Amino acid sequence: MAKLPKPEELSKIDYTPPKTSWMDTPVVFKEGMFCHGSKPKSLELVGFPNPRDWRPADADWKLPENWKQILLEGIAERLEKYRSFRLFMDICVRCGACADKCHFFIGTGDPKNMPVLRAELIRSVYRKEFTLAGKIFGKMAGARELTIDVLKEWWYYFFQCTECRRCSVFCPYGIDQAEITIIGRELLNLLGLNIEWIAGPVSNCYMKGNHLGLEPHTIVGNLEYMLDDIETVTGKRIKPTFNRKGAEILFVTPSGDLFADPGTYTCMGYLMLFEELGLDYTWSTYASEGGNFGFFTSNEMAKRLNSKIYAEAKRLGVKWILGGECGHMWRVLSQYMDTWNGPADFLEVPKSPITGTVFENAKSMKMVHVAEFTADLIKNNKLKLDPKRNDHLKVTWHDSCNVARGMGMLEEPRYVLKNVVNNFVEMPEDTIREKTFCCGSGTGLNASEDMDLRMKGGFPRANAVKFVHEHYGVNMLANVCAIDRATLPPLMDYWVPGVKVAGLHELVANALVMTGEKERTTDLRGEPLPGIEQKEEKA
Amino acid sequence: MKAIISFIAVLILAAIAYVGVDVLNMQYMFGVVIPYLAVAIFVIFMIVRILRWGSSPNPFRIPTTCGQQKSFPWIKHSRLENPSGVLGVMGRMALEVLFFRSLFRNLKTQLRDDSQLTYGEAKWLWAAGLAFHWSFLIILVRHLRFFTQQVPAAVQLVEMLDSFLQIGIPLLYMTDVVLLGAVTYLFLRRIAIPQMRYLSLMNDYFPLFLIFGIGLSGVLMRYFIKTDIVSVKMLTMSLVGFSPSIPQNPLGVIFYIHLFLICTLFAYFPFSKLVHMAGVFMSPTRVLANTSRVKRHINPWNYPVHVHTYAEYEDDFRDKMKNAGLPVEKE
Amino acid sequence: MKLYDGGKILIGLMVFVGIATFPFYYNIGKVDTKPELKTDTPAIQAWEKQYGKKECVESKEYMRSEHMQLLNNWRDSVVRDMNRQYVSMTSGKKFNMSLQNGCLNCHSNKKQFCDQCHNYMAVKPYCFDCHIQPMEKEENKS
Repeated sequence: MAKLPKPEELSKIDYTPPKTSWMDTPVVFKEGMFCHGSKPKSLELVGFPNPRDWRPADADWKLPENWKQILLEGIAERLEKYRSFRLFMDICVRCGACADKCHFFIGTGDPKNMPVLRAELIRSVYRKEFTLAGKIFGKMAGARELTIDVLKEWWYYFFQCTECRRCSVFCPYGIDQAEITIIGRELLNLLGLNIEWIAGPVSNCYMKGNHLGLEPHTIVGNLEYMLDDIETVTGKRIKPTFNRKGAEILFVTPSGDLFADPGTYTCMGYLMLFEELGLDYTWSTYASEGGNFGFFTSNEMAKRLNSKIYAEAKRLGVKWILGGECGHMWRVLSQYMDTWNGPADFLEVPKSPITGTVFENAKSMKMVHVAEFTADLIKNNKLKLDPKRNDHLKVTWHDSCNVARGMGMLEEPRYVLKNVVNNFVEMPEDTIREKTFCCGSGTGLNASEDMDLRMKGGFPRANAVKFVHEHYGVNMLANVCAIDRATLPPLMDYWVPGVKVAGLHELVANALVMTGEKERTTDLRGEPLPGIEQKEEKA
Repeated sequence: MKAIISFIAVLILAAIAYVGVDVLNMQYMFGVVIPYLAVAIFVIFMIVRILRWGSSPNPFRIPTTCGQQKSFPWIKHSRLENPSGVLGVMGRMALEVLFFRSLFRNLKTQLRDDSQLTYGEAKWLWAAGLAFHWSFLIILVRHLRFFTQQVPAAVQLVEMLDSFLQIGIPLLYMTDVVLLGAVTYLFLRRIAIPQMRYLSLMNDYFPLFLIFGIGLSGVLMRYFIKTDIVSVKMLTMSLVGFSPSIPQNPLGVIFYIHLFLICTLFAYFPFSKLVHMAGVFMSPTRVLANTSRVKRHINPWNYPVHVHTYAEYEDDFRDKMKNAGLPVEKE
Repeated sequence: MKLYDGGKILIGLMVFVGIATFPFYYNIGKVDTKPELKTDTPAIQAWEKQYGKKECVESKEYMRSEHMQLLNNWRDSVVRDMNRQYVSMTSGKKFNMSLQNGCLNCHSNKKQFCDQCHNYMAVKPYCFDCHIQPMEKEENKS
């Protein structure tokens, strides 16, 4: 793996476009900017096409002989299936409003990372093959032949897009590069051109229920560790249930929360909150993944993985589903799940057993985001909170792309956050809410071999954090996204050392005063609470 | 280069009209046949294009939510940026179509020498875009005086307002100036900004030059190389009345150039990026309300897929589950 | 071909076609008011008798497209330079620069002359914001 350049070097970004026009500038695979190719086993397990050993940097990608035909037929099929695709191929005027909105363009300066040009990579082929003007005028009409070089360009750049939709906010026609990347990747998937960091989790999730491939006993075991830690901090032993029939609520969260910190702290937060509420809920080891890496391969795969959530809710006979903190998971759930695998008519409209609030906004899909759930609790004064316990933290809020632009959950987590911490600072307004920046590693790009790309893509987000870090002493970046919790820590260490990353419910649990708990001396991370050290000295 | 070719293309188009009328005397061709063809192509192929878009469904409800969702009564819902119903969508679309809401958000991202990214106001593109489109619309409406017997009062009002500065004779239309200015700006930014130059295609320059050519020939005809507009109207009225005839008093060649460029625009329209005029009304990220959690959105081609069922899962892990104390369906 | 959201799209299409073809149906049943200019006022007839032909200050073609400019120049010349003499580029004849006492002397039939084209083209010159309109009937009597 190439050594990562120092931040000072990486932040010197050259925005000068190449001398040659983009159609005549072949793609160069730069080490550190792409991920490993998918392994045959991962593809075979779920029945994806063309499983074989291959390396993206190799000249020969071992494609089927009729690869071009497969792609063209794939495009034709998707033009008929998706109005978005058909429309977005036709109506772009290349006004360039999206160009400097993409974190990958800002971080790399590579013009093909301007959403408009990334779309042109596929649009040029569309013109050549599917429009009269393109067939007649060719290059003059912006059309070009689909060649192996073009295919490689697709691969390289569709895996330099995190489907964050920021471009779509600024586009006067709402053209969404995420749609184009989704379809682009789906096309690539027809030839087995996936990355292992996506294909692996997908096959894991299909067979074992979660991306990380945690088997049922491991899930239980991992939670046990957390329960031990919770006992250490609070003196309380919690006994969650798994796969329990007849529970009122099924809880589904991204498996990242079960696996590594700081996600695990968030998970401890859920456990403590639900315990304090006496919530009648159950975990599932079968539907043990809220996220959906299938969404980064094909619509069909995403649906296959997603099916487990409703199926498990039905099997267990719960009334409704509560979802953990995640970003892309919530775009998939809120905009796709009910359509794919609904109607969930065997469930009831979610109703908080604590406050009696009926979540009318989830009337049909029957699933509530835990930030919504907790916001409602706090609004109704159902939680005893001591935000002073978070006084060692100066917190800023990172809106995750998908919950911001694919759902619109902006205020609920802020409301929760403001009630559990005393020091909250917003980042500059053009970098939050609907204009929030991606962590740079979404859509399965959070591997280790593409660290260059990740640090570049995360540069705008980190840059905004750096601003509040330097001006207001912010030392904690809070969010509701499992991928953020996995990818922002290295991003912060690289660009803004001294800023840590936390899920919302870690901070909730820190502040949560539980009945019968012992006096807390540390936060969930085992770090002393503010004021404790002085107290000890006095004693 | 692409700009130069586009420029030459428009010059050639003008030359065709000049030669056709002035040398070859093909007034009927340029005054009657081509305009009819152009309008027919425009209307028919726009319909074809829209129907083709319509033949693809919106399988999923994918609005880009640019504001707070509707959740609790105590959280202010952003009705226009994240609509939860038809009214909201209509409001959002009205803002989008009439005032270019999304483009108004435009920012200029810049990397300072100290590695700080800044996001500056960047409203010029929005302003020029809006100025261009509104002028174009007003000019189009004004031209209805050539196409209507007893010109509607609304058209006369628009014309009066457009010329209310009362500069020169014939009165200067503000939109003429604004249109040409805006098109010039839109062209210059394509040339001047390196990224814009890099991503622009001939498909982008050609319509700009074409519209500039139309505007310029129109301005020339009104203020400088005048033509007999009564005869122009006799021609246009004969066209819309389906009894085409070339008027006796000769029309200046500048008129035919103007007309031919317009015909080109009409015929070119349905096959170009200009279809965004209709497309914006169908853009799924804007016209769909954010209701997918409240009401099930139906995908017409939703099909059953292979899933890994719980039973299969339990078969894979039964012993491990039992050992971990997890309940199982089958012992 | 199946159309999705067909209702909305068809409404949109109807609106589009309605606007795009507006001129084709708007005029149906409307009287064609092609301008018919009358140049047979007593003054013109008298002129014709005297000089053997009808003529204006400049050629008919020139006047047709440039009269507004000419009048504008006249106004400037008279008001700003107190110059009331116009020499024709066509005939070299001298004319009095005056709307009321010049132009309208011959073309005393505003309704049959000026208004014909102006109404047809929906042009509203502001000449008569200041100038007095000719009293056509009375003039005809005199």
